[in-house]
Amino acid sequence: MNAFLANMLLAIAWAALLGRIDLGNLAFGFLLGYLTLAWVGSVPGSRAYVSRLPRAAGLLLFFLWELVLSTLRVALDVVTPHPMRRPGVVAIPLDARTDLEITLLSSLITLTPGSLSLDVSEDRRYLYVHAMFLDDPEEFRRGIKEGFERRVLELLR
Amino acid sequence: MDTLLWYVAGSLAALGTLFVLLAAVGILRMPDLFTRMHASSKAATLGAILVLSAVAVRSGDAAVIVRVVLICLFLFLTAPVAAHVIARAATRTGVPLSDETVLDELSEHRKIREE
Repeated sequence: MNAFLANMLLAIAWAALLGRIDLGNLAFGFLLGYLTLAWVGSVPGSRAYVSRLPRAAGLLLFFLWELVLSTLRVALDVVTPHPMRRPGVVAIPLDARTDLEITLLSSLITLTPGSLSLDVSEDRRYLYVHAMFLDDPEEFRRGIKEGFERRVLELLR
Repeated sequence: MDTLLWYVAGSLAALGTLFVLLAAVGILRMPDLFTRMHASSKAATLGAILVLSAVAVRSGDAAVIVRVVLICLFLFLTAPVAAHVIARAATRTGVPLSDETVLDELSEHRKIREE
């Protein structure tokens, strides 16, 4: 986190040097600061931070894409007279172990329309997810594991 | 430029309102609690965020934009927690799934554990 703080300070310094602290200057300063950190690479913790930021951005973009896609799917199902839904509860075996990992994963699952995390088994081995379009449970399980869980674990480990 | 921003803001607001309307219709049309949660909780969040972005685009003021970003962040943090807690309470108190349900591994696992 130190490297993130350094990145913020560099952004503020850049905006202050230009004499106007507004959103554009801060954003550009942040980008410059990030490139500087990536280039210098000797601030404590900066190496992990440099590789982590693109992953966080990737997770965010992937999530927004999923959000739009599945919102449209649910919306379509709401308005059509002959719904395509096949609701069901799927148990997803978890590779995520810590509280933070499981919380982030289940929150992301809940935030995407069409999937809703219900509960975690007491031994923390399964996450139960209610899905709205369960055409193929195996496919759904794989989608969550290789999409969200892989990305969350890459980001946090 | 100003007219263009008007159109962008207007479309965002219209789209957002549409999502909120669909969420409301979804609550009426879905067969059980869980499918209703699918229809309402997320579509309503997305709708609110779209309306907020319309405000941000229209005003163009940095202070307003920062506030909109913060509100979106808080919505994203709180909405899944609320949805999850409702759904979890429902499963624990045994709210029935609709007849359309094709698979229920939670009950299957519970049965195995009880035996």
